[in-house]
Amino acid sequence: MTALLRRAGQTLLVLLGVSVLVFGVFFATPGADPTARIAGRNASPQTMEKVRHEYGFDRPLPVQYAIMMKKLFITRDLASYANRGERVVPEIMQAAPVTACLVCGAAFIWVTVSIAMGTVAAAMKDTWVDRGLMMLGLVGISIPVFWLGEVANLVTQNRYHDTWLFSWVPGLGYVPFSQSPLGWLRALVIPWTVLAVMFIGIYSRVLRTDLVTLAGEDFMRTARAKGLSPARVLLWHGLRTSMVTFVSLFGMDFAQLVGGGALLTEVVFGLPGVGRLTYRALTTLDLPVIMATVMYSAVFVVLANAAVDVVYLFLDPRVRDAG
Amino acid sequence: MQADPAIPLLDVRDLCVSFPARGRMVPIVEHVSFSVPEAGILGLVGESGSGKSVTAMAIMGLIDTPGAQVSGSVRFRGRELVGLPPRQMRRLRGRDIAMIFQDPMTAFTPVYTIGWQIDEQIRAHERLSRTQARARTVRILGDMGVPDPERVAGRYPHQLSGGLRQRAMIAMALSCNPTLLIADEPTTALDVTVQAQILDLIRSLRGTYGSSVLLITHDMGVVAQTCDATLVLYSGRVAETGPSGRVFGHPGHPYTAALLDSIPPLYGPRPDRLPAIAGAPPQPVERPPGCAFGPRCAHVHAACTTAPPALAPLGPGHAAACVLPAEGTPLPPRTPAWGNTCP
Ligand SMILES: Nc1ncnc2c1ncn2[C@@H]1O[C@H](COP(=O)(O)OP(=O)(O)OP(=O)(O)O)[C@@H](O)[C@H]1O
Ligand code: SF4
Ligand SMILES: [Mg+2]
Repeated sequence: MTALLRRAGQTLLVLLGVSVLVFGVFFATPGADPTARIAGRNASPQTMEKVRHEYGFDRPLPVQYAIMMKKLFITRDLASYANRGERVVPEIMQAAPVTACLVCGAAFIWVTVSIAMGTVAAAMKDTWVDRGLMMLGLVGISIPVFWLGEVANLVTQNRYHDTWLFSWVPGLGYVPFSQSPLGWLRALVIPWTVLAVMFIGIYSRVLRTDLVTLAGEDFMRTARAKGLSPARVLLWHGLRTSMVTFVSLFGMDFAQLVGGGALLTEVVFGLPGVGRLTYRALTTLDLPVIMATVMYSAVFVVLANAAVDVVYLFLDPRVRDAG
Repeated sequence: MQADPAIPLLDVRDLCVSFPARGRMVPIVEHVSFSVPEAGILGLVGESGSGKSVTAMAIMGLIDTPGAQVSGSVRFRGRELVGLPPRQMRRLRGRDIAMIFQDPMTAFTPVYTIGWQIDEQIRAHERLSRTQARARTVRILGDMGVPDPERVAGRYPHQLSGGLRQRAMIAMALSCNPTLLIADEPTTALDVTVQAQILDLIRSLRGTYGSSVLLITHDMGVVAQTCDATLVLYSGRVAETGPSGRVFGHPGHPYTAALLDSIPPLYGPRPDRLPAIAGAPPQPVERPPGCAFGPRCAHVHAACTTAPPALAPLGPGHAAACVLPAEGTPLPPRTPAWGNTCP
């Protein structure tokens, strides 16, 4: 219970810090004066004045901040600066499921593939299989996701779209699951894969290193001395133990992606998710939207932290007792 | 299984282990021979780095460093273990030969309960249901003097004290009724009282389980209390071997004598200072051509520095790798500072 309260307090602090930071940076950015933008080019001083007053830009910054927070969390009617009248909160609520679908699918792929790759590489340490897989992982890490997405699009949308191999690929964009499950799957398979590639690289390498280090541990030697098969030693003792680190890594990555970190993938594949929303807001310096997406993302990071802690309790009995 | 008294349970001949280091093979264990009879307890003594653990790991077939070479012969009940296919070795490991390790803190997998890990070993070797395995686990934990074994079986390793954990470790090793138990410094990480309890437990095993024990330690005192026979290892080679009574009463090797001098008496006033052996054993890479103990030996002379001295017989089953006895100047017999509790 106290832990829960502490966690809630932490969340509030993080949100406060992040929002103040974003707010401050925005108003410290030259050329970001929102009045001029909202009023439009060549607006008369009267119009400027009106807009300034309407949006509260003539009040001191702390008041502006308070107004914005109130509009964001309490009345939920914060409107975009760039598109007049567009409500920010519903916009995010619409984008969230798209991002969630994208990230969950990709996460599923990268977790399964990287566990398989890392385990196989560790089991066949120092053979060409190991070296090959780890090279592959390195390649995955070093390919920029934006570039990979563009290439995937080029191949599946233009160049080879009419061959049997890729004729099933739909055009860019998103198909809601409720509308057509199959269409949803088709629209997402390639973005999933593209997004997963880098993480597969990172996770498989981390897991392999972890497993190889664990192989020298006393308890692994005990497990072998018990007469267990190498596979059982590796999976039940090694892999199970290294899941503790794996999960903490995963929690953070997953959270930042759900919070909008899959921005480039969403932009490349035209998926109307939180990331694309952030991207658009950043290019137009649309403070309310930036603020809302950043807060959204911060909430997820904090939530994920909490989730990781809970999973930790399940995975590691030592933590269970310490808590 | 029948025991043929003519064949020792474990017979190690000419065991050599070398590891690759910087492009060449470094011999860590050289021509080590010994045997453990049925229901016997052999003490393997030596300073840190003398190759005790490597010897044990070689017997268990657990040396898996790439490029490591194991040669010689390890016969268990007459069956050659060196070069045995991994699958068959695995069946033996944990069932016929079990091993316990120095540090019970780290020897259990942290994420499973003690009971789960013992069950696992039982079920790896025998077709038993989960409940049957657990019943046996609880029984053995009880036999090992673990209070409230049922509850302890459900605990995680970090929740137990060092002594309890080592008892659990021994319970796990004994769970499949092995005929040979290799205990690699089972008491080093424990405090003195717990140490004595664990040694008592190990000593009692041959009565209750009929197990033979290869007890590895760097503590001559432990050997004196526990073992029928003693093997002194120095820098990967056998320095002296023989029945404990003989080795403690008539040490044939200056190194053994020095080790005996360094035992603190268990009873009576402790001396102000224990005579320690000056210097450190040579690194395996830079062993001198002659006797490895030469640089630290008070009796070193020309004959010692040409080639490693061979094991010279000193009595029934007693031999030392030193030139002194053959030269007619053996070390004087000792009145053991310790009563040897093993007949
Ligand atoms: N896998 C390995 N590869 C290379 N060298 C090794 C390996 N294992 C052990 N050694 C070396 O073998 C020597 C003997 O090690 P060993 O662990 O057998 O000593 P020990 O007698 O058990 O000592 P301790 O009392 O410290 O346990 C050491 O010098 C060590 O560095
Ligand atoms: S052989 Fe020589 S150096 Fe070695 S122990 Fe005997 S007397 Fe000492
Ligand atoms: Mg050792």
